[in-house]
Amino acid sequence: MPPARTSEAVWLVYARELRLAWRRWGQLVQPVVFFVIIGAVFPLALAPEPLLLQTLAPGVVWVGALLSSLLGLESLFKTDREDGTLEQLLLTGQPLSLLLLGKLLAHWCVSGWPLVIASPLVGAMLGVPAHAQATSMLALWLGTGVMSLLGGAGAALTLAAQKGSVLLSVLVLPLMIPVIIFGARATDLAMHAEDAANAVWLLASLMVLALTLAPVATAAAVRISLE
Amino acid sequence: MATWVWFHKLASPPHIYRIAGRLTLLFTVPGVLALIVGLYGGLVTAPADYQQGDSFRIIYVHAPAAWLSLLCYTAMAIAAAVGLVWRMKVAHAFAAATAPIGASFALVCLVSGSLWGRPMWGTWWVWDARLTSQLVLFFLYLGYMALRHSFDDLSRADRASGVLAVIGLVNVPIIHYSVYWWSTLHQGSTVLRAGGPSMPPSMLVPLLLCFFAYTCCYGALVCVRLRAEVLNRERSPNWLSLNA
Repeated sequence: MPPARTSEAVWLVYARELRLAWRRWGQLVQPVVFFVIIGAVFPLALAPEPLLLQTLAPGVVWVGALLSSLLGLESLFKTDREDGTLEQLLLTGQPLSLLLLGKLLAHWCVSGWPLVIASPLVGAMLGVPAHAQATSMLALWLGTGVMSLLGGAGAALTLAAQKGSVLLSVLVLPLMIPVIIFGARATDLAMHAEDAANAVWLLASLMVLALTLAPVATAAAVRISLE
Repeated sequence: MATWVWFHKLASPPHIYRIAGRLTLLFTVPGVLALIVGLYGGLVTAPADYQQGDSFRIIYVHAPAAWLSLLCYTAMAIAAAVGLVWRMKVAHAFAAATAPIGASFALVCLVSGSLWGRPMWGTWWVWDARLTSQLVLFFLYLGYMALRHSFDDLSRADRASGVLAVIGLVNVPIIHYSVYWWSTLHQGSTVLRAGGPSMPPSMLVPLLLCFFAYTCCYGALVCVRLRAEVLNRERSPNWLSLNA
């Protein structure tokens, strides 16, 4: 059998992840439910005043999305490590970083995109006007991508430590600060009907940076955990 | 290659143990002298600021700590990268020795900044760009140390935390500029800026002395800690008895 092309292998990893996610779709729904509940808890904790909620809305939406995306990260590599999949990926002879890129992109699709789709609902609860939703969703789409990629690297590092999830949050949250700043700013600008292009472009550049560097760091971390 | 011999020699624990021992004194003496002179100059002889009065004097503690916290992170990440690339255990030991020092400097910077903020801004904490990015840097240190301590196996701890330090190094400038972009309330930089420093020499010289003293202090501390780290890692070999 001729050796498979790398693109094929990456595609296979990606497709496998999607198939697995589809079969365990209950786990996918939980972060989204969590996200929506966060959106509902804030008005209850504060006061249902539209002006107050609107001021807080960008921050709540983005922090909620960030925390929800952290929920799914814990289990990202766990089963793959337990059933030996990671070792098999290492043994394929294909570049591990690209294979893991496929896995991380799949994770973005199954955990990030549902948050993006749910975000107008959370936004509406907090009084984000309809004209801002499209920009906000675009920004969240990019932002969740960075969260998945960077968070994947963090998850791989804690995988080697075999310790709980609090460690993962401590590692990953400070690294996410630029995403939160640019993302919340984009939503905020869009809510005030101003040009949010700068913030969105900055998010896009973060995404490009994460796409190029995060798989390499993830691969290094996975190698450490498998030794 | 003869030019790289010094570099390869650094990988040897007995060699680094001896060098660090000698360097400790070399850093301590000028460091302590500069600290005494600098702090005396800053806290006693320098004139009071025309706007901030005497409270500006906290800069002699605050600014060098901020500088050192960044220097330590860079040193730590570079050492970690060297350790990852050349598999140098001593480089990892250096990174491990540096992290708590850097975290302490970041904490000193935060606390002194907060004390300075009280008379200047009227509150203990202001979400201004530099304080905030310093806070994030402190969190990065905490994450690094938490990851390092969560391993039982030293070699894994070294490499995993090394990867994190390198990720952090890539992220530090991004975090810094994103936080700046987010807020620029802090007074402008006084030492490093176009057109020369905005301080008179009577204030500036003690400050520069303090920068020098803090850097030497870091050098001395890291040498001591590095020796302890090397000792801890090389408990069994008999070179220890030869050096004792």
